[in-house]
Amino acid sequence: MPVVVDSERCKGCEECLSSCPFDALVMREGKAHINEYCQACVACVSVCPEGAIIEIEGGAEEAAHDVRRYKGVWIFAEQREGKVASVAFELLGIGRKLADDLATSLSALLFGASEKEAEELIKWGADRVFHAAHPVFEHFHDEPYVHLLSSLVKEHRPEILLAGATPIGRSFFPRVAARLRTGLTADCTSLAIDAETGNLLQIRPAFGGNIMATILCPRHRPQMATVRPRVMKRGAYDEGRRGEIVAVSADGIQPRTKVLQSVKEVSECMVNLQEAEIIVSGGRGLGDPKGFALLQELAGLLGGAVGSSRAAVDAGWIPYRHQVGQTGKTVCPKIYIACGISGAVQHLVGMQSSDVIIAINKNPDAPIFNVATYGLVGDLYEIVPLLIRKIKEHRGIAQ
Amino acid sequence: MTIVVCIKQVPDTAEVRINPETGTLVREGVPSIINPFDMHAIEAGLQVKERIGGTVIVITMGPPQAESALREALSMGADDAILLSDRAFAGSDTWATSFTLAKAIRKIGADLILCGKQAIDGDTAQVGPETAEFLDIPHVSYVRRIEEITATSIRVQRLMEDGYDVVESSLPALLTVVKELNEPRLPSLRGKMAAKKAVIKKWGMADISADERDVGLKGSPTQVKNIFTPEARPGRKMLEGSPEEQVLALLGELRRIECL
Repeated sequence: MPVVVDSERCKGCEECLSSCPFDALVMREGKAHINEYCQACVACVSVCPEGAIIEIEGGAEEAAHDVRRYKGVWIFAEQREGKVASVAFELLGIGRKLADDLATSLSALLFGASEKEAEELIKWGADRVFHAAHPVFEHFHDEPYVHLLSSLVKEHRPEILLAGATPIGRSFFPRVAARLRTGLTADCTSLAIDAETGNLLQIRPAFGGNIMATILCPRHRPQMATVRPRVMKRGAYDEGRRGEIVAVSADGIQPRTKVLQSVKEVSECMVNLQEAEIIVSGGRGLGDPKGFALLQELAGLLGGAVGSSRAAVDAGWIPYRHQVGQTGKTVCPKIYIACGISGAVQHLVGMQSSDVIIAINKNPDAPIFNVATYGLVGDLYEIVPLLIRKIKEHRGIAQ
Repeated sequence: MTIVVCIKQVPDTAEVRINPETGTLVREGVPSIINPFDMHAIEAGLQVKERIGGTVIVITMGPPQAESALREALSMGADDAILLSDRAFAGSDTWATSFTLAKAIRKIGADLILCGKQAIDGDTAQVGPETAEFLDIPHVSYVRRIEEITATSIRVQRLMEDGYDVVESSLPALLTVVKELNEPRLPSLRGKMAAKKAVIKKWGMADISADERDVGLKGSPTQVKNIFTPEARPGRKMLEGSPEEQVLALLGELRRIECL
C-alpha cells in the first residue's frame, strides 16, 4: 500500500532519511517528502518517532482477480532436445512443499519431450503433468510457450506458477505474467506460504543484491516466480508414485520467430564448476593473477574446481566462465573456500547455499564472514600454502 | 527505421557498501549511471542506424533527475529523447513499468526496440519481454550479435546456457542485449555540446493515454512486503590463533563433520 508523510505531524527530524534503501525520502521545506523512487517497502514507517509516516489504502485493488477461485501449484518443467532440465526437479521439490502446505495438488507442465519424461516428473513429486507433444517445441520460441501456458492457466486457474530462471524461463515467463495481468518475481532464493493469508512469500536479493526483499502478489493470480538453478533442493524420488498425464494440444500456434541454427559452445570448465563438490574461489584479495595458480593447486588436491569473484574477472585475472555470483554462476558445492573475497552480496547469492563455506580474508569485518561456516583471518598467501601442506601430511603424501 | 532504446538510470550498485556495524546500506556518494547493459543497447541502436539508416530515440521512465541519463545517450549520438515522468508512475513494478513503456512506444511507432538484458539494481530481466507482450510483437532475449537487419526482418544470435541460437524474426521486434554485443562508444565533444542544449520531451500519464489503474503502485500486482539484510549464517565459527593454529583447527572441524 502507498506510504505518505503526514506533514502536520512531521517535525523535520530527518530520522527517516537513512532508513530508505531507495533514496525515496528527501527533505522539502523542512518536512520529509516521498518521491518517485518509493517502492512502498514501509521500511521508514516504524522509524519515524512522530508516527508521521503512514500507509494508506490504495494499490492494485481495482484490477484484482478473485483469488479464492485459484487453486493448485504449477511448475514449468523446461526441456531442451527432449531432456528435462535439472531445475525442473528442484522446482518439483519446492512445489511439493508449497502444495502440501496449502493442502492442494502439484502439477507440472512439459512442452515437448516424450511421455516417458512426463512419467519421471510424477516420480519426482508431481500429481499431474500437462504434456504437449508438438514439433513447435523442438526449438525454443517464446510465443508458443506463452500462448499455451497462458491458455492453460486461464482454463485451470492455479494459484502459484513457478519456472526456472534459465535463459528460457527468464525470456518467456515475463510475457505470460504480462498477458495474465499478474506479478512475477525473478530469482527467488526462498519461497514459503504465509500461514495467515495463504499468500506466497517470495524472497529475493534486491538493490543490486545488497539487501533481501520479501515480495507479495496479494491480489492477482497466479503468483508467479522464477528460481535459479541449484538454489532449491530436489524432492524425494519415488519409483512407485502414480499420477495423471494430461495430453494438451499445441496445434495452430505459429511463432513469428524462427530458429535457423543451434550452436553448442560448451566449456568443460563451466560444467565442472557447477558440478564440483569442492570449489576454491579467489577474489580481489589475491592481488595478482598468479594467486590462482595457488588456488588451482589446492583445488587439484581436493579434487575440486576453481571459481572467482566478479572483481577478479573484471581485473582480467581469470576468464568469466569461472565467475560465481549473481552475474556469474550459482553454485552449491559441499565445500566452498573463498580466498580473498570480501563478500559483496552479488557474490554471496551465487554461493551461499553451499553446505560448508570456508572464508579466508585479511579483514575480520569482511561480509564474507557473515555467511561463512568457518572463518580464518589472515594472509591467504600464508594460510593456503599451510592448508595444502597439512592436507598432504594428513594424507601421507610426501612433500 | 525508427529505433527506440529503453534505458534506466540506476545507482552504481558496485559502489554500494554495507555498514558492518548497522547492517544498512551506505548510499552516500553513490553515483547514478545509465544501466550498463543499456549502454550496449544504445550502441546497438546507433550501429543499426549507421548500417541501414533511421532515427534513434531513447526513452526512460523515472523521476525528473533521470533526464541526465537521456542527455548522456544524446551525447553518444541518439537523435531524440523522451522522459516518462509522472507522480502517478511512482512505485511501478515490472508489470506497470512495461505497460507504461509500451504505451509510449506505441505512440512513437517503432520498428525496432532495444533494451539491456536487465537492470543492475533490480536484476529481473522482465521489462523487455513484458513490453514486447504489451506491444504484441515478437522479442528475442540475450542477443549477443545482430547478424543481419532489413526493413522487415532481423537475424540475431541468442545466447543460451550451452551455446547460442541463430534466430530470425519479423519486424517490429524487441531485443534484449548482453554485453558481448558491442563496445559502447564514448560521447564526442560535439555530441556533448548538442546534448547540453537538446530539449527533452516529458510525457506524463495523460500524454500516453494511460489509466491510473494501470500505472505506478496502483497498476503493480507485486508489493514489497519488507526488506532486510541477510543474517549471519547460524553456527558460524571464527577460528583463532596463528595461521597454523587456524589451519589445524579448520582441518579438525572438517574431520569432525566428515568433510575430509
